[in-house]
Amino acid sequence: MPWMLPTIMKNLFSRPVTRRYPYVKRPPFPEARGKLHFDTEKCNLCGACSRICPANAIIVDKEGRTIKYNPFACIYCGNCVEGCPKKAITMDILYSPPAIQKEEEVITFPPSTK
Amino acid sequence: MARTVIPFGPQHPVFPEPIQLKLECEDERIVGVVPVIGYISRGIEKAAELNPFRNNIFLCERVCGICSFMHALCYCQGIEDMMKVEVPSRARFLRVFWAELSRMHSHLLWLGLLADSFGFESLFMQVWRAREIILDISEMTSGHRIIQSTNVIGGVRRDIDEEMAQKVEEMLAQFKELADRSILPTILNDPTIKERTVGKGILTKEQAELLAAVGPTLRGSGVASDMRMTEYAAYKEIGFEPIVETAGDSYARTLVRVKEIYQSLDIILKALSMMPEGDIAVRVTGRPEGEVVSRVEQPRGELIYYVKGNGTANLERLKIGTPTFANIPSLLVMLPGCELADVPVITLSIDPCIACCER
Repeated sequence: MPWMLPTIMKNLFSRPVTRRYPYVKRPPFPEARGKLHFDTEKCNLCGACSRICPANAIIVDKEGRTIKYNPFACIYCGNCVEGCPKKAITMDILYSPPAIQKEEEVITFPPSTK
Repeated sequence: MARTVIPFGPQHPVFPEPIQLKLECEDERIVGVVPVIGYISRGIEKAAELNPFRNNIFLCERVCGICSFMHALCYCQGIEDMMKVEVPSRARFLRVFWAELSRMHSHLLWLGLLADSFGFESLFMQVWRAREIILDISEMTSGHRIIQSTNVIGGVRRDIDEEMAQKVEEMLAQFKELADRSILPTILNDPTIKERTVGKGILTKEQAELLAAVGPTLRGSGVASDMRMTEYAAYKEIGFEPIVETAGDSYARTLVRVKEIYQSLDIILKALSMMPEGDIAVRVTGRPEGEVVSRVEQPRGELIYYVKGNGTANLERLKIGTPTFANIPSLLVMLPGCELADVPVITLSIDPCIACCER
């Protein structure tokens, strides 16, 4: 099989196309949709994000002044980011890492000054 | 001769998803097939009745993990038809862009699985390496690799600017170079692939028409039928000719898909160059009332959404007709007469997507 020789030699001395994954990671693109961040200064706890969330991953408690966000239920669609009237939600480019306990994040707001 | 029934699946290395084929065999030859489906039914049609109609886009995208964009597109086009919404032309071009990207990565995924089904590991790796470039384009333009979530009722959510379009063109050139170098010559010339696919699982033109086959399965049997010929989205401006092969065997269906990858590449480049300036979405108010049937061409064939609204925020009925369900009767005609060892390749040649099929 002499015609295979160039391919064998090329593959023997060329670098692998794959990355050494846990050590070398491909960064996500700047437009990638990831985890949510709530800006406690801009947000007025109107609950619009909670109502339009297709996965029910956001629960807004206006009385207790908290937002419960479940990154494991979140489908990273970005619906809440577009639907927020105060533009208080931003998206990270990384999604939530795997975890042993699927815990909700509780975002506590400072007491109302009004 | 004594007959044996061999259960093929639901867990089998060639199937990414569970489907069972009860193969009736005489020695090594198949004489009859009974398909058993229903392993992964998720009740999406019912769930769609409980969601507000705008949120159903995200639910419809999850009917299938490969052609998610097409499902959302079909649903949005249905609702837009019902609510008499005129979609901006830039949005229609962007929809074609993402739809063709989905088709490319779906066909590449399938091609890899086909190569894997007859043990051609290196082709499988090469094809999936090329597919990675397409997934990168998808992530760069929409934010996600597979489930793009860019459709909304009335348009799309993301725009592609000049700089990004240029980058996409560069990446597509890179893809084309890789495909021309390592994928296309192998598929056209390799004796291993021909040995396993040529003359296997023949579906004649008459059978394909009679059994209402769709997509590349139908086009591989010599019938020029493609939903893109109905000129939805921007296919009218871009222009479209279906790809047809006449042999009707597994190799013909492979060739149709490979040629469609190249055709999609051309359509994407055309869509990027012809894209007009303007808005990407219009604001849609009100609630859907009436009923409508919406059809698009998925990578596997014709996708049908029947939507019935009753003037409330929730739909009264959403019925999804998927291509794999339409192609299973054709599979039952292809299999009898073949050898047991050819069953994986012939089954894969219809590109079965069981998640779509069972919703």
